[in-house]
Amino acid sequence: MTYIAKPRLHHPTLAVNKVGYTRRDYEGKISTLCAGCGHDSISAAIIQACWELDVEPHRVAKLSGIGCSSKTPDYFLGNSHGFNSVHGRMPSVLTGANLANRDLIYLGISGDGDSASIGIGQFAHGMRRAVNMVYIVENNGVYGLTKGQFSATADQGSQSKRGIVNNDSAVDLVALALQLGATFVARSFSGDKSQLVPLIKAAIVHPGAAFIDVISPCVAFNNHTGSTKSYEYVRDHNEPVNRIDFDYWPKREEITVDYAEGEVVSVTQHDGSVLRLHKLAADYDAHDRIGAMNFLQQRHALGEVVTGLLYVDPQPEDLHAHLKTAETPFNTLGAKDLCPGSAALEKINASLR
Amino acid sequence: MKPIEAVNDFVVKFANVNGSGSASANELFARSILRMGVPVSPRNIFPSNIQGLPTWYEVRVTERGYLGRRGGVDLMVAMNPQTWERDVKEIEPGGYLFYDSTRALPKSKFRDDIQVIGMPLTEICNSTYTDPRQRQLFKNIVYVGALSALLEIDPKAIETLFSEQYRGKEKLLDSNVKALHLGRDYAASQLQCPLAIKVRRADKVGNRIFLEGNSAAALGAVYGGATVCAWYPITPSSSLAEAFQRYCQRLRVDPLTKRNRFAVVQAEDELASIGIVVGAGWNGARAFTATSGPGISLMTEFIGLAYFAEIPVTIVNVQRGGPSTGMPTRTQQSDVLACAYASHGDTKHVLLFPEDPKECFDFTAKALDLAERLQTPVFVMTDLDIGMNTRLCEPLAWDDTQAYDRGKLMTYERLEAGAEFGRYLDVDGDGIAYRTLPGTHPTRGGYFTRGTTKDRFARYSEAGPDYMENMQRLLRKFETAKTLVPRPLLLPAPKPARFGAIFYGSTSPAMVEALDALADRGILVNALRIRAFPFADEIVDFCNSHPWVFVIEQNRDAQLKTLLVNEAGVNQNRLISVLHYDGTPITARYIVDEIARHAGAHTVVPFKKVVS
Repeated sequence: MTYIAKPRLHHPTLAVNKVGYTRRDYEGKISTLCAGCGHDSISAAIIQACWELDVEPHRVAKLSGIGCSSKTPDYFLGNSHGFNSVHGRMPSVLTGANLANRDLIYLGISGDGDSASIGIGQFAHGMRRAVNMVYIVENNGVYGLTKGQFSATADQGSQSKRGIVNNDSAVDLVALALQLGATFVARSFSGDKSQLVPLIKAAIVHPGAAFIDVISPCVAFNNHTGSTKSYEYVRDHNEPVNRIDFDYWPKREEITVDYAEGEVVSVTQHDGSVLRLHKLAADYDAHDRIGAMNFLQQRHALGEVVTGLLYVDPQPEDLHAHLKTAETPFNTLGAKDLCPGSAALEKINASLR
Repeated sequence: MKPIEAVNDFVVKFANVNGSGSASANELFARSILRMGVPVSPRNIFPSNIQGLPTWYEVRVTERGYLGRRGGVDLMVAMNPQTWERDVKEIEPGGYLFYDSTRALPKSKFRDDIQVIGMPLTEICNSTYTDPRQRQLFKNIVYVGALSALLEIDPKAIETLFSEQYRGKEKLLDSNVKALHLGRDYAASQLQCPLAIKVRRADKVGNRIFLEGNSAAALGAVYGGATVCAWYPITPSSSLAEAFQRYCQRLRVDPLTKRNRFAVVQAEDELASIGIVVGAGWNGARAFTATSGPGISLMTEFIGLAYFAEIPVTIVNVQRGGPSTGMPTRTQQSDVLACAYASHGDTKHVLLFPEDPKECFDFTAKALDLAERLQTPVFVMTDLDIGMNTRLCEPLAWDDTQAYDRGKLMTYERLEAGAEFGRYLDVDGDGIAYRTLPGTHPTRGGYFTRGTTKDRFARYSEAGPDYMENMQRLLRKFETAKTLVPRPLLLPAPKPARFGAIFYGSTSPAMVEALDALADRGILVNALRIRAFPFADEIVDFCNSHPWVFVIEQNRDAQLKTLLVNEAGVNQNRLISVLHYDGTPITARYIVDEIARHAGAHTVVPFKKVVS
């Protein structure tokens, strides 16, 4: 949502990926968010992830709700279709879009107000339904556009910029996503691109509901002492459970990179891509949903912000599998495929006499 | 009191307890008369309850084919002690009361001016069956058997219906036939048969079919190419989405892959239902939701987005009594304004008003075309009376040569050839711009959809002139809609008439009957059935060519009249409202009385001449 056009001049030596695009081709309009906003780092991470993954920009549909975070789809993947929908209702719109054409990549961008307050119902049911999507919450614990009110993810006892203490307990979207059946659950920090980019790539190739909660400090309203969503606080309390290398090999290609035994766990995804998790917490198992839920609660009680790939199901099912829908996208079907015709209608008429 | 005498023209009402299995027996009764070539019009009158509360089923037997509710009861089948008093009271003088006489009732419980027919149904069933469930269920079939003897219904018609229903289930078939004859034989030997009201074989049904509006609308969605249905359960629309699922399982499964060419999502609420429909419509799938008044209220924010962002959406509103939870199991036409102007800001929406199941089918399929052609929400405004009652109507028809109208879709080829694309650019002057679907072209035609203001090229803009230009174009689009929606239908009086009458939706059968009755009384009325909003110019002409126009509606606030005055500039002094909103379907008797009363005041014809 900017009035400013970006210069189109490219440096002639810019690298081109396998599908023929430079990194610049994945950019969007110039951001109108505040300088230093964590959300802009997330947009940059999305651009990086899509470029590295050789995703054709127009094969991505970006959807969002309303709020600072929901503005960001205008700032990346400028050639993709985007939909800035209704506050808290991105999940349903994305679900419908996904049903209409299962062949695109669906990227849902939301915020903590959008997903944990007004949209907590749609967040929950989107996860329950296993919609094949990447759902990123840009979580800053505060309402930015309306100038600094607490959101539902603000920690109990944390302070607003004006010194007001939040009495309400916080909604933990990661814990909810785990409980509700999301098959890929991660948390990251907008200030740690080396962790965030591979997580986004892994989420894109994950054929199910992939949720990433990204702590994304608000420099205008929630970056002060007393906040638990400030750059300083998150850097001090960040407890990554693993570091991810994302290697994408189509199924038939040989895997050529070697890792030392022991601290690395390989996760081969449904489509043949491989995630290599460098374990940082020795006893953490990213395939154990219940273990992940316990670990998160324990560490949360200690004031730690657990990040990394927290849970992944290597053989997920999505909504299309549950509904047994046809492989051909619905939006390409015509009367020939959909209309049973007059002869069938005559039979129906005959049965109603 | 002389007993009522009538052949093929009477009303039977069944008073039952909800959940007692009476519904299928009562429908069997209605269908058997239909099989004798005599039109019937049944109506469910049911509570918001699963088991235990009173429920009624009213069957109008009408050789002349008047399918509206008549009002009054000629034969009451009183099977519910809870409602005995009011049921007995409702019988027309000279009418009949059929009841279970197992337990004797004091004389004070009856009336002197009606014919009383007692039959010990419980006793008969208790001595025939040992299983309590069978005693209850077969009691219903036993009374149908007795009624068949009393009313001269051909038992073969009922047996044929049984054999169709229980094909391959011989045991069930036999036991039902046995129960039928148990009742028939008792009546024939112990009761005065037949009554002075009876059924006589006729040939007045023709090739018409008998189905519920909700099933018909669901079939319309199947034929119209809907692939996505998102819904949330709400009476009286739930059976529509369920019928869509059922028909799709039969008609929309790929025969080779066994995979579904449809997706039905029972969402967590109406907000999600409409959100899913908006997302699917945005991405080029035909999608619809079915709901009722409270659901519309919840959907209105999204409806505004779909209007402003110009996304095809089809909403079937099976109206019920409001406001709030209102009368959830009763009928009304009280969402006209809520739907016409749904959402905040300046919005107007296309409404279609089907009169019966046939038009529910036609208009739901049509709505899917219109939504894509106009890139906007389209409402199919049916109601409980049409939706949840089995109604005799013309057979459904489909023209196989007709393709779906996908509207203005910019293709890859046209983008590649360098066609100019502005998502909100009015290239044809009809207010409708071209749209692209996500994924169409790698570098051209991508745009950002938003509910916030934008310019012709979908760029964010807070500039007043951009906003106004867009809003003006939306008005032009609404003018285009006028030329595409179903036209009103004129029912001219046999001779030049001074009065006009406007009606719509489920009022239709009662109105047709009322027009005949009025003509018999010398009151000539030209009637116009409105089938859509925005209003075609001929509706305005119709109003202007009659000094007085009755507007017949099933709501308190004369909502269509308001819309006529607001949107078509009709002089409101010409319009006389006839309003019926107690939750029961409007009757011809009511319309005739109201019009006659007003006509007396407004006519120049001397009163004597009218009554002579």
